[in-house]
Amino acid sequence: MRRGTEATLALLAAAGLLAAAWAAPWLKFVLTIALAKGIAVLGILLLLRAGQVSFGHALFLASGAYAVAFLAPAAPEALLLLPAAALLAGLLGLVVGLFVVRYRDIFFGMLNLAISMVLYSLLEKLYELTRGTDGIRVEPPRVAGFALTLETYVWAMLVLALVLAVGFGAFVRAYLGSPMGQALAGIKTRETRLEFMGVSARRVLLAAYVLSAVMGGVAGAIVGMTTRHVTPLLAYWTSSGELVFIAILGGAGGALGPFLGAAAYELVRVYAAASFADAWQAILGTVLLLVILFAPGGLWGVISGLLGRRAGRAA
Amino acid sequence: MAGWLEQNTLLLGLALLDGLAYAALVFMVAVGLNLVFGVLRIINIAHGSLFAIGAYTAASLGLFFAARGLPPWAGYVALVLAAALVGGILGPVIEAGLLRRIYGHEQVLQLLVTFALFMILEDAQKLIWGVQPVSSDAPLRLLGTVDVPFGEDVVPFTAYQLFVLPGVALATLAGLAWFLRRTLTGRVIVAVTTDREAATAMGIDARRVFLLTFTFGAGLAALGGALASPTTTLVPGIGAATIVLSFAVVATAGLGQIEGAAISALLIGIGRSAAVYLAPEFEVVVPYLIMVAVLLVRPQGLFGVVETRRV
Repeated sequence: MRRGTEATLALLAAAGLLAAAWAAPWLKFVLTIALAKGIAVLGILLLLRAGQVSFGHALFLASGAYAVAFLAPAAPEALLLLPAAALLAGLLGLVVGLFVVRYRDIFFGMLNLAISMVLYSLLEKLYELTRGTDGIRVEPPRVAGFALTLETYVWAMLVLALVLAVGFGAFVRAYLGSPMGQALAGIKTRETRLEFMGVSARRVLLAAYVLSAVMGGVAGAIVGMTTRHVTPLLAYWTSSGELVFIAILGGAGGALGPFLGAAAYELVRVYAAASFADAWQAILGTVLLLVILFAPGGLWGVISGLLGRRAGRAA
Repeated sequence: MAGWLEQNTLLLGLALLDGLAYAALVFMVAVGLNLVFGVLRIINIAHGSLFAIGAYTAASLGLFFAARGLPPWAGYVALVLAAALVGGILGPVIEAGLLRRIYGHEQVLQLLVTFALFMILEDAQKLIWGVQPVSSDAPLRLLGTVDVPFGEDVVPFTAYQLFVLPGVALATLAGLAWFLRRTLTGRVIVAVTTDREAATAMGIDARRVFLLTFTFGAGLAALGGALASPTTTLVPGIGAATIVLSFAVVATAGLGQIEGAAISALLIGIGRSAAVYLAPEFEVVVPYLIMVAVLLVRPQGLFGVVETRRV
């Protein structure tokens, strides 16, 4: 798809999102969470480009959220908490990444899962520090020095998430087009040939891994500040599966896919949970199966297919 | 060190025997997961759900038999019957109805299909058995307990955990090794695992082998669950916990290794039980630490074979 079309679509989507949030105030919370998860899924997208799927990225989301929970009392300022969470998740990503980039495919996916489960168990068991499954309450921090009323705070979080989403979206799009991004695709097709050219596949994957961890941390910080309550469940392996789910639902093709997927996922989840309290997981699972079997390009694939057909007819 | 050992004989002994029973259960699930991966090349995330459904079915059947006034040993029939039912019905339905459609797909999509299946089966359990704890421990009580001496202390252990669980696991291991190496069907499965294309070219019906293997693997998971059901109270979420643990066992052993899975199940089972007694905060972490430590030294697992890299 042409760059202009994608930028226009992104702007339209952002405007539509703000309009929807203004028209239906309860949507603000859902949409902020969707944007945050979309940012984390952008990171998954980078790894998917290399053909690797991490079933443990909730590790970084949870570490970002817990960073906010731990630091908020000392530094109650959203614009400080965000970079702090990103930095922490990035460092964690570097340490974990040095280990996992040596593995591929099933091993890569499942090692990530195992490591995220280590964090989950620690968060759950070290009650003195983390208050276990009760979780930690987060007081709303100031935003750019202003102590906001709850109503404005919710708006501020939505706008903050939107700005970050657009920023990271543009970044990921540029990164995938850069030599580093091209090398990622090389890992998927023929890794050995990449190394014949003198490119270290591990370093290429590590760079993408650390970036994806940073995005996970940012997403976690937004989730923590928006839900204002963090629990170990954020790090459970099913939360990681949810992120991969969103990536496939949205479509791994473009930078808009993750946000499309996240919005669809969160809305289906809210409606399904309200209407069928005990079956919302099964409903989401069925949606996922249908997408994989009948629309492998995801929602974004469906939309760009429609747009492409129209553009073809106009030409 | 010697002094410490002497003081902690009791703890270590408890950890060893608990770990043995635990390892037996984990082995049953992990070996099925491993067998299915070896043939289908798919890590079935819903494998843990089959364990959970096997456990619930066994508990329900056991309670049903007891309510009908059948003798207590019928509880053991319930365990086996539950495994056969779950494996025999869900196995073919999942393989033929779902997995068969995605064999040529990317690995990511295959993983996600089984993840979707996991989500559906988790809710199915809640709809069928509810969220209240279910428990049926007749098979456990029937065999009574055995007093095990540790130095001066005597600790009663249930005979079920001490003999039945490790016994069934050993029988499974021996039976599986015999089946795969000595019978025609078993050797056909091994052939497909080693080289699918060559096997198919020799006239082996790969579809039949896939169906058979998956059904068998599902049955093993369900049997693991059925055997576990008398020892614990069943609550939602046991499937999710089981799959990550059995993956840790499989990865530690090396993908596709059957005897290796038994050894790493022992390692992880006993390691976890030791943590329960010595450092309870880290109980859940220990299996993963063992796995990470092994993979750091041997990336292909303890008994895994290094795959040649494609050029």
